[in-house]
Amino acid sequence: MNRVGRRSALRIFLTRPEVGSLVGALVVIVFFSVMAPTIRNPDSMSTVLYQSSTLGMMAVGVALLMIGGEFDLSAGVAVITSALTASMIAYQLNVNVWVGVGIALALSLGIGAFNGWMLVRTGLPSFLVTLGTFLMLQGINLAITRLVTGNVATNDISNMAGFSSAKALFSSTLDVGGVGMSVSILWWLALVMAGTWILLRTSAGNWILAVGGNAASARAAGVPVKATKIGLFMGVGLCAWIAGMHQLFEYDTVQSGGGVGLELEYIVAAVVGGCLLTGGYGSIIGAAIGALIFGVVSQGVVYAGWNPDWFKFFLGAMLLLATLVNMAVRSQVDRK
Amino acid sequence: MIGKPVIELRNISKWYGNVRALDDVSITVRDGEVTCFLGDNGAGKSTLIKITSGLHPHDSGSLRIDGKDVHLSSPRQALDLGIATVYQDLALVALMPVWRNFFLGSELLRGVRPLRRLDVQRMRRVAHEELGKIGIDLPNIDAAVGKLSGGEMQVVAIARAIYFGARVLILDEPTAALGIKQSGIVLKYIAAAREKGLAVIFISHNPHHAYLVGDHFVVLHLGRSALDVDRSQITLEQLIGHMAGGAEIEALAHELGHVTG
Repeated sequence: MNRVGRRSALRIFLTRPEVGSLVGALVVIVFFSVMAPTIRNPDSMSTVLYQSSTLGMMAVGVALLMIGGEFDLSAGVAVITSALTASMIAYQLNVNVWVGVGIALALSLGIGAFNGWMLVRTGLPSFLVTLGTFLMLQGINLAITRLVTGNVATNDISNMAGFSSAKALFSSTLDVGGVGMSVSILWWLALVMAGTWILLRTSAGNWILAVGGNAASARAAGVPVKATKIGLFMGVGLCAWIAGMHQLFEYDTVQSGGGVGLELEYIVAAVVGGCLLTGGYGSIIGAAIGALIFGVVSQGVVYAGWNPDWFKFFLGAMLLLATLVNMAVRSQVDRK
Repeated sequence: MIGKPVIELRNISKWYGNVRALDDVSITVRDGEVTCFLGDNGAGKSTLIKITSGLHPHDSGSLRIDGKDVHLSSPRQALDLGIATVYQDLALVALMPVWRNFFLGSELLRGVRPLRRLDVQRMRRVAHEELGKIGIDLPNIDAAVGKLSGGEMQVVAIARAIYFGARVLILDEPTAALGIKQSGIVLKYIAAAREKGLAVIFISHNPHHAYLVGDHFVVLHLGRSALDVDRSQITLEQLIGHMAGGAEIEALAHELGHVTG
């Protein structure tokens, strides 16, 4: 019955979910290093990493959710909802900024819990449930902001109590060998490490892989399927809060119409990083590399002096390339 | 020697909407015996194991485990009572490595909260040892379960159930999708589980396989118990006759004879 032979280190490496994204990342890094040499400056690299981090923070939660077999289309606007909430609560009630930050956390986790609860309660696909919350949040963001501020953006909160400490935590700039690095890059790394640890080294991670791979089997083995799914949506909520707080303290105000379309970029980062759209397989480090590809391409287009319109084209091409590489590598290795 | 009753079903009925899947069924499952549930598709075999494994609660009648009345509401509850089920579709997650599947839902942990984490080394070692004990030697415990053969997957699932202290092992059609050789391997482990003193419930629509290992036979027909006998009371030929629906087959043979004759 011995049909699974020993495999070489290379072969084991090639079965990793991150392979496609790694190839993609090398391709774009080499390509833009040649086409836009400016990207090789430390300052440019810092900007690339910053761009990657704003997307990458969310990609962690979204990738875990996708491995657990679900999507969250509301993730992009949920970031804005979180930022708007913190900002407006602090400004309108004239309280310490941290109060707004705390309430925004509760709300973000609540939105995640609502998405998850609706999903397990109704049995509807997450595409539909979160499409609903996506539209509702998009409407609420605009309507409530206009109602409260009479404007499409929130008021500047930069001289309120607690602002400087919150800014230090969420959007300060650190000096790394003479190069300014946004603290969001640290948040991103921390989230990637935490996400990877949870997925690969905890029971919860085992359950995430199982509910995404085969929810019925997972339930039969005694896995709390519903709690796992709700927890995953709340994880996206937590990421949305961190990303939202970064955005708020970076710009001091929040545009209420933002975030639309970003949910797809998170999903692209996760898929490029080797997450199966159907769940049960994937990698948080892969999703981080997927986010890095975004950062390289978006800044690379700028440094190359091209029209930013080309960004989306490169993104789409990367998505196809990385998924094709993933597929080809996997079927090659599987054929053994 | 007659084993102690572990599971006693008394007048169990179950409806799915208007459909009565089980009608007043009473069965006793004993320690150290292989109890075979036989019957055609739709006879109620699957419904019966869904009730005993906690997937669906029964509507009326009583379910006793170790003499105590219970109403199972989740597979976790059944597992905690020592009832482990190996489903037809295996209840393994194809994309996950063997060792992760082996410990799914009962992971080994080490460290203290909040840094409680999987004891990966021990999980991999134990999974490898346990599979080795029953004759499956996987050089790569990290291989996805989906890459194993059907028989291997069944045996992995059985080994997992035994390892986790199952006293009652429910096997839903474990040989249905398997070839002869693979079926033989699975039947061997069913016999081994009985020798260990486990109560085994073996669901099958193959009387040949059932008779090879069975001690007690229950034939279900349209949600009712049509036969409930010990091995000593029945021959394979008689069992096949009951399975096929006995009288119905005779009538069918007569009709077919009429048409062709």
